[in-house]
Amino acid sequence: MATALKIEDLHKSFSTGFIPKKKKILKGISLAVEEGEIFGYLGPNGAGKTTTIKCILGLIFPKKGKIEIFGHSSYSLQAKEQIGYLPENPYFYDYLTASEFLRFYSQLSLMKKKDKEDKISSLLSLVSLEQSASLPLRKFSRGMLQRIGLAQALLNEPSLVLLDEPLGGLDPLGRKEIRDIIVKLKAEGKTVFLSSHILQDIEMICDRVAIIVNGQIVSQGTLQDLISEKILFTEILLSGVEEKEVEDLGECISTHTERLLLKVFEDEKIEKVLQLVQSKKGKIHSLIPRTETLEDLFVGIVKQQ
Amino acid sequence: MKIKAIALNTFKEAIRDRILYLLLFFAAVCIIFSRILALLTVGDRVKIIIDVDLASLSLFGALIAILLGTGLVYKEIDKKTIYTLLSKPIHRYQFLLGKFLGLVLTLFIMLLLMSIIFLAVVFLHTFKIEWSIFITIFFIFIELCLITAVAILFSCFSTPILSSIFSLSFYLIGHFSWGLETLIEKIRPGIGKIMAQIFYIFLPNLENFNFKTEIVHHLPIPSNIFLLSTLYGIAYTIFILLLAMLVFRKRDFI
Repeated sequence: MATALKIEDLHKSFSTGFIPKKKKILKGISLAVEEGEIFGYLGPNGAGKTTTIKCILGLIFPKKGKIEIFGHSSYSLQAKEQIGYLPENPYFYDYLTASEFLRFYSQLSLMKKKDKEDKISSLLSLVSLEQSASLPLRKFSRGMLQRIGLAQALLNEPSLVLLDEPLGGLDPLGRKEIRDIIVKLKAEGKTVFLSSHILQDIEMICDRVAIIVNGQIVSQGTLQDLISEKILFTEILLSGVEEKEVEDLGECISTHTERLLLKVFEDEKIEKVLQLVQSKKGKIHSLIPRTETLEDLFVGIVKQQ
Repeated sequence: MKIKAIALNTFKEAIRDRILYLLLFFAAVCIIFSRILALLTVGDRVKIIIDVDLASLSLFGALIAILLGTGLVYKEIDKKTIYTLLSKPIHRYQFLLGKFLGLVLTLFIMLLLMSIIFLAVVFLHTFKIEWSIFITIFFIFIELCLITAVAILFSCFSTPILSSIFSLSFYLIGHFSWGLETLIEKIRPGIGKIMAQIFYIFLPNLENFNFKTEIVHHLPIPSNIFLLSTLYGIAYTIFILLLAMLVFRKRDFI
């Protein structure tokens, strides 16, 4: 499998203030994204996610380092022809209608006129905006703008799609729609590089992730490698038992409408809880073993740093 | 094709700017007002109309070029629309050239509208068309192209307010730099004279595009001066655009 994106030892610093003071944003980023995978790029705000993406796109120039897209230098037009990009909080020419907007962007990539129109209508249907094709973008909601932005990123049939916080600020339905499109892109053989801090979504769709903190990659690999499958604790939702009766068996997280949510760490104590509930003629509503999540890993790493 | 697409989008954006219509309105008022001014004048009234109207065309055209040109690139950076544009397979110089041509197209249409009003005012007074006026309008257009390039150059690295001040200074310096010629003649040889000569070479001389007096008073104009002025305008505009591309090429879009 070919490498879609290869970044080697990327450094970038900015000078800020009246008396310029250098601030290092990226301190030697190296990563490789394989063709056909969904790669999650995680990090807290200000870690350097957007700066990395801007370096890939040639919007800013790194102080040191090398970026290759399918073997071409990221500055070359051959590389750019294979890229689709959706920025964070996209803002577009709001006086254009959705189809005018896509038509304008299609002119920037060398497509035949007939192909353009077909592609525009198929993309509008992919992002479920056929009904709003003649609506100016200033009347679009946040979710609609995100979707038209995604359509714009896919215009030139890119092999590598770079998405900067595509799920940020969207409602659950909007997030699901974007997530489904990303999964569909993978099924079509496209490579997706996705930066986000919405960890549940990343966990659901990404094959591999890299975690960036303070301009450095602190962890990267497949989700299976990074997250331990060992059961950390078991959550038991029960009723018919008093809180003080289970105090010694686990940690009581919440009580509402006579139900008790208990966090139990040892297997033998689970047995004891079940026996107690049975003897008191109570009820077990749910029993869920919890393994480590990406969120646990992420919070752990960020705190450590 | 890519440059054309950016140019047409710039044109669409520019004609939505309210400032354009405000300036167009004032230009029209000035042009029509020249008719009233002519009534109060003793002597050749047509000369007054043509003189005032050509000055209005030049001034309001320059204001449009400066006020729209200085905001064009800055707005793209400020609103971050440039991120998606430059992520497409286009060179940065193509983007800049598209912006320039889009604004030149806007200025051409605006100048055309102002000229129609102007020619109508003159025609209503004389019942004939003065064809020589078109030469002056052509050189006003050349000057506006140069000012647009200057406005775009400043807008590549500065805010619209500063860029407007710089571009306006360029316009004023350009129209008064001929004074240096007199200064060079009067000044004693030495560092001062050399400095004045250097400034005279590098500072723009926008008076090269000013044929208003000759046209209004029907003075003879050497035939090669038109060609030289046109070449001067084109060369200076290309030089400024190349400078803008150089600045823009290595700019970080944070």
